[in-house]
Amino acid sequence: MLNFLLSRLLTFVPTFIGVTLISFSFIRVLPGDPIIVMAGERGMSEERYAELQAQFGFDRPLLVQYWDYMTGVLQGDLGNSFVTKKPVFDEFFALFPATLELSICAMIFAVVLGLPAGVIAAINRGKLFDRTLMSTALVGYSMPIFWWALLMIIVFSGWLGWTPVSGRISLIYFFDDVTGFMLIDSLLSGQKGAFSSAVNHLILPTIVLGTIPLAVIARQTRSAMLEVLSEDYIRTARAKGLPPSRVTYIHALRNALIPVVTVIGLLVGTLLAGAILTETIFSWPGIGKWMVDSIYRRDYPVVQGGLLLIAVMVMIVNLTVDVLYGFINPKIRKS
Amino acid sequence: MALLEVRNLSVDFATTSGTFRAVDGFDLTLDKGDITAVVGESGSGKSVAFLAMMGLLPWTATITSDQLTFDGNDLRGISPRKRRQIIGKDMSMIFQEPMTSLNPCYTVGFQIKEALRIHLGMDRKERHARAIELFEQVGIPAPETRLSAFPHQMSGGMNQRVMIAMAIACKPKLLIADEPTTALDVTIQAQILELLTSLQEETGMALVLITHDMGVVAETAERVSVQYAGQKVEMQDVRSLFATPHHPYTAALLAALPERATTKHLPTIPGVVPGQFDRPAGCLFSPRCAHADERCRTVAPPVGGPELGFARCHYPLNVAQEESV
Ligand SMILES: Nc1ncnc2c1ncn2[C@@H]1O[C@H](COP(=O)(O)OP(=O)(O)OP(=O)(O)O)[C@@H](O)[C@H]1O
Ligand code: SF4
Ligand SMILES: [Mg+2]
Repeated sequence: MLNFLLSRLLTFVPTFIGVTLISFSFIRVLPGDPIIVMAGERGMSEERYAELQAQFGFDRPLLVQYWDYMTGVLQGDLGNSFVTKKPVFDEFFALFPATLELSICAMIFAVVLGLPAGVIAAINRGKLFDRTLMSTALVGYSMPIFWWALLMIIVFSGWLGWTPVSGRISLIYFFDDVTGFMLIDSLLSGQKGAFSSAVNHLILPTIVLGTIPLAVIARQTRSAMLEVLSEDYIRTARAKGLPPSRVTYIHALRNALIPVVTVIGLLVGTLLAGAILTETIFSWPGIGKWMVDSIYRRDYPVVQGGLLLIAVMVMIVNLTVDVLYGFINPKIRKS
Repeated sequence: MALLEVRNLSVDFATTSGTFRAVDGFDLTLDKGDITAVVGESGSGKSVAFLAMMGLLPWTATITSDQLTFDGNDLRGISPRKRRQIIGKDMSMIFQEPMTSLNPCYTVGFQIKEALRIHLGMDRKERHARAIELFEQVGIPAPETRLSAFPHQMSGGMNQRVMIAMAIACKPKLLIADEPTTALDVTIQAQILELLTSLQEETGMALVLITHDMGVVAETAERVSVQYAGQKVEMQDVRSLFATPHHPYTAALLAALPERATTKHLPTIPGVVPGQFDRPAGCLFSPRCAHADERCRTVAPPVGGPELGFARCHYPLNVAQEESV
């Protein structure tokens, strides 16, 4: 197990370097200049501009800038935001819980609905439920997130007035961050109505962000189940006289979960990408919105550091999934 | 009363290109403690016939029969719930591929104890003790540790022993072994066959041995039913079948066996079992039969009497010989 972990950690090294390279060059390739952006409408003199360039080190060759950046990164210093002057690291971890909370809820939403839907579709292959579900999943999968989000907002917030449009909690509640998770903090605060306000704010973003993973998980579960259900060992299980529910959920689903868990791991990347759009639309104060804002401001350290930290998070999740995979699949565990 | 009574069992599969009759008028009577072999080439409907009795065919299969009784239960209109109380308990089956017939995600111990709980309601301790006892009975060394092994950690022969242990766990009245040795090495094959016959002797259960290997038949069975293209073409006691086969197909199967080796293919019978699209009119064996004539090709042959081994043939063989005995 330790060997396995170490070898996986080694493969992170090239990924890590790749991400720093890409994020470093990506933001610099974008037209626009952070100093001009900072100056805003007023503009600035040539001298002041040169002075600022020297201060931020933009006058030096790119390679040297990258080297400096990497030296910092390896010492755990991602630099400070141009705009707020605060360390990127601190900003990231102040905002990350909001994104994490949204992502976890979206993933739970997708798994809790997607797994049973896929299983039921597989058992009723070709019947009405199966066909309806699969075409709905296709629509869900191909739906542009911003369009879907706007539609949901119009219907549920606009026409029906059931859910708030933006933010994490109603502005009338004030309490300290304990865990950073609004659902938990609102409960801890003991304020009446705080928790239900937090839940209400979470519903639409969760559905919007969870839609694509839900569609993917449902389809993947269905096809994995169909494959497993035709295996010899399922016939053996039925030949034992086991009830159908046991055959399906104990014997078939357990095997079908092996490919599904892999897909769930891969979906984490998709989820974070989706979070950027979703957070922007719902003004959700997480790293997605933070990243988009800093791209507009050409806030180099935030974009670079943010991307890097997101990549690290994805890598950690994938590693966790790999370990989990070993627990589900006994063939991997022993070898 | 017979343990198993099957009359005129037919199975049709709905396929995208019409229906396909995989089993066509299968008959079988089994008494307690019988050992019967069902022989036939690949595709002759042996597995499908017995899967139909177990209720394990997919929904695309339509099963019809004049009679299908097991141990006093009519299996034709039986509810799924009632059937589940019979299969795996009084009537159980083992399959050709031991490596794929066990669930890779669970230990073999889990898989064997499951049947004990469902059918016999044993508690944890009893199940454990019984599982060890069963493993010993089927000759699995170090049963205590083997119980916690996964199927992929054991050989095909060991897995087949696990399958057998699972099948006999609830002391069945009938064990159907569907080509239990085909996927195994020759030396292991002999061990498994010996195990099956000795278990049969010990427990007095009836045993159906499905095979395409006449050599296996000679060593184990008392009675043989020969199956061709979904039909039973002949049935006799082992000894008389080997001495005086009445159906040309049986004769050809035996002729393919001078060396008594375990050949998977039967090289001396040209051609293959007809499938969905090339079913001949008249006798189904006529395209491959050395004795076929015009009548064979147009008129379906009748089923002979017991003195002819129920041979489904216009010109049964060894008739004079039989009469002179
Ligand atoms: N689910 C199914 N749908 C359609 N046709 C099937 C199905 N299962 C079996 N068949 C067909 O039924 C025929 C008989 O198959 P069966 O498996 O009973 O043969 P067998 O005698 O057991 O052969 P083998 O020695 O290869 O096991 C074959 O032609 C097979 O293709
Ligand atoms: S009926 Fe004719 S073709 Fe068929 S087995 Fe007999 S002799 Fe051969
Ligand atoms: Mg078969």
